[in-house]
Amino acid sequence: MQWETVIGLEIHAQLATQSKIFSASSTQYGAEPNTQANAVDLGMPGVLPVLNREAVRMAVKFALATNAEIGRHNVFSRKNYFYPDLPKGYQISQMSLPIVGNGVVSVELEDGVVKEVGLTRAHLEEDAGKSVHEDFHDATGVDLNRAGTPLLEIVSEPDMRSAKEAVAYAKKIHSIVRYIEICDGNMQEGSFRCDANVSIRPAGEARLGTRSEIKNVNSFRFLERAINFEVERQIDILESGGQVVQETRLYDADKDETRSMRSKEEANDYRYFPDPDLLPVQIEEELIESIRKTLPELPDARRARFMSALELSEYDAGVMTSDRYTADYFEAVVKKSGASAKLACSWISGELFSRLNKDGLELNASPVDADRFSQLVERVHDNTISGKIAKEVLDKMWSGADTADQVIEKEGLRQISDSSEIEKMIDDVIAANPDQVAEYKSGKDKLLAYFVGQVMKASRGKANPGELNKLLQEKLKG
Amino acid sequence: MHTLTLASMRSGLENGEFSSVELCQHFIDRIKKQNESLNAFVSITEEQAIAAARAADESRASGNVTGALHGLPIAHKDIFCTEGVRTTCGSRMLEAFVPPYNATVVEKLSAAGAICLGKTNMDEFAMGSSNENSYFGAVRNPWDTDRVPGGSSGGSAAAVGGRLVPACTGTDTGGSIRQPAAFCGITGLKPTYGRVSRYGMIAFASSLDQGGPMATSAEDCAWLLNEMAGFDERDSTSIERDKDDYVSTLVNSLDGVTIGLPKQYFDAGLDASIASLLQQAIAELEKLGAKFVDIDLENQHLSVPAYYIVAPAECSSNLARFDGVRYGHRCEDPKDLEDLYKRSRAEGFGREVKRRILVGTYALSAGYYDAYYLKAQKIRSLISQDFSQAFESVDFILGPTTPSPAFKVGEKTGDPLEMYLNDIYTIPANLAGLPGISVPCGEVGGLPVGMQLVGNYFEEARLLNVAHQYQMVTDWHTRIPG
Repeated sequence: MQWETVIGLEIHAQLATQSKIFSASSTQYGAEPNTQANAVDLGMPGVLPVLNREAVRMAVKFALATNAEIGRHNVFSRKNYFYPDLPKGYQISQMSLPIVGNGVVSVELEDGVVKEVGLTRAHLEEDAGKSVHEDFHDATGVDLNRAGTPLLEIVSEPDMRSAKEAVAYAKKIHSIVRYIEICDGNMQEGSFRCDANVSIRPAGEARLGTRSEIKNVNSFRFLERAINFEVERQIDILESGGQVVQETRLYDADKDETRSMRSKEEANDYRYFPDPDLLPVQIEEELIESIRKTLPELPDARRARFMSALELSEYDAGVMTSDRYTADYFEAVVKKSGASAKLACSWISGELFSRLNKDGLELNASPVDADRFSQLVERVHDNTISGKIAKEVLDKMWSGADTADQVIEKEGLRQISDSSEIEKMIDDVIAANPDQVAEYKSGKDKLLAYFVGQVMKASRGKANPGELNKLLQEKLKG
Repeated sequence: MHTLTLASMRSGLENGEFSSVELCQHFIDRIKKQNESLNAFVSITEEQAIAAARAADESRASGNVTGALHGLPIAHKDIFCTEGVRTTCGSRMLEAFVPPYNATVVEKLSAAGAICLGKTNMDEFAMGSSNENSYFGAVRNPWDTDRVPGGSSGGSAAAVGGRLVPACTGTDTGGSIRQPAAFCGITGLKPTYGRVSRYGMIAFASSLDQGGPMATSAEDCAWLLNEMAGFDERDSTSIERDKDDYVSTLVNSLDGVTIGLPKQYFDAGLDASIASLLQQAIAELEKLGAKFVDIDLENQHLSVPAYYIVAPAECSSNLARFDGVRYGHRCEDPKDLEDLYKRSRAEGFGREVKRRILVGTYALSAGYYDAYYLKAQKIRSLISQDFSQAFESVDFILGPTTPSPAFKVGEKTGDPLEMYLNDIYTIPANLAGLPGISVPCGEVGGLPVGMQLVGNYFEEARLLNVAHQYQMVTDWHTRIPG
């Protein structure tokens, strides 16, 4: 039978606020356990939550960036359950009146097709702490540094039809939240986490199949693998006459499999009710307009501009807008170097990215910033150095603090375009290779490359290749 | 010295008639002598209190008077967190809990110069109307130690009634300030919801809880409220609005004041002797210039059922944090996580607390939420509407605080429903968030009886004004137990 896969994602994006959503504790990652947990985060008796307005602003920003509805009347609710990393015995979240309503996100797929994925809602909530099982013999430790960190839970419609589509959508959301600077997107540190609701149904069937929810996926690669594993598992069950059970499954990256965590029957009754410690939050038009003014140019608009105004290909424009750092870096390089956008793009996506990849660095941690990189591109553009030499210069810049010009100067790498200097080197090569000259003259044209190579070697790569070719051919004819 | 009001203690200190150390020591001696029979205090902080009194005397001698309550002794209900001082909330769960922070109310009263002599006993987590639900034992009524002082602020009421301390803080979720005030012959005010910060006040039912003053007179309550009230950025439900000066308006005339008498409060259900005391009070107030009209609060009978959904629902969630993980009671040798939760909570909470957690959990459960919690909230709106409508034509609403004077210890413990009905007159103000005050208005069989006045939102100053004017022409509030 032909099966159709149906996927919806729930993405938890950690909002990049300085302090927690209901307390003044810092949200900085990586501190010693329980050093960033105050009386409110610890759920001490009598203490009360106070909403961090910045988290509200960030959620509104997300709504504006995805053309989603903005919930004007916001209510925070309590989701009640017991767990050691949940200090109050309830999580403050939003239930029936979330801050972000229906929206649509355009996702570019690998084959160039643009797919619209519906946003069901996005709501504000606080994160829980962490249970720590290492370092404790026969016991569990609790670290509440993360407790109360603001999250925006972004829920999609079940609009994705393959693992690849789901990944493309997740990457798009990742790009948007980073573009509008509401989330650092760091998946290793858990700042951006995806849960996938996966079900299958016979092709052509309108009703949805029973779904499972996959949790604990912390990279795009794992997301794709977890979904594919889950789809195969469900097909196997249905084709062998079984039934898929509605349940929550954990993805185990080491074994590349999902396994059951709890079934629907075991699920908690969370007894949601409006949190009486927090008054409803009204979002006024004025606030929305003030936030709208802070919105940067969004990836879709920027990509279109890179194609129309800078004449990048659709592919290149996509690469250069994959995240905000790249786009900002690229625009800075184009502007400062005076080089064509195409040249800047090829140097960024080629030489720069491969070095970053090799060192495992993000662009914002690049040893060569846009300023220094633009001078390098400028020197290629104005023929001061050849592309080959530029790679050498970049290597030097990578490990040092020199500018491109300083490296070129110190290492004497300036391209030789002076014809008398090149002629002298050609003469030397001709004089040293009488046999090859004779062969060439007798019709072995291919030997031209040999002579170019010899002269280049003599110039230590600095001879202007165009000039060299022209002069060499003239000399060999004579 | 213990029969003085706060106001006259204040002038006594100013005129050098006695020192703060003498004053505090006098009350501490009374506490030590009488607490065995009354059990009004859970903790007595003698050392800190005397040290603070000495510092207050010294700073006064050098011309520095910190605030309006400089050097005056008070006590806090043991629901208010006090930094470095054990705060039990009347529960085994918090038997050894020492908070690292002060409640806003504690901070404010201390900044005004008040000296805390100790922490008063209460029904566990403020759940009760008789103070028989405390892990630290029942509190006794100073007028008759066979009787209850009311609850849940029973320790505070008994302490003030017995003049073991001139004034106390209390909290009121369904009548927990007003009902014990009535039973112990003192004056107690529940302010408008949001007028006094709840920060550091251990939550029972967050949308109903409100802290307030309990003292021997309306005037003393006004002095306390002047310090307790005000916006607190740490409590999102506290209201950003300037507080009034509750003392300066006490002397205002009652000429032209209109008071409503709800027919639901004066029907056949009301005890005849209490009804006649209320008629006498009405006559006194008429002499002072007040006019009375009959009014209708038609949904009053729904208050108790609505309250016993909303309050337990909120408490079931509020008390989830007491899980034996971070602080509070933890069972011995837990086998696993579930065992830790179950035994810590089973051992740490008393019967009434468990009963309300169960009721509340049920009311919020999937499939019952609409039928119970949501419906109760709708009733709450109806009750608020009744009041709003009434306040279009009257300034205050007068009625009894309780259906009867203090009952005997053990008399109602077997029947939770009968116990709950004790709050029938006080609960509506909590549901609507309105301010209410209980003022002594007579005695029945040697036991004090309270009259309740409910005002419109933020009308604490006028409520205290009416109560004070009444107390200027009556002496019920000055009577002390045999």
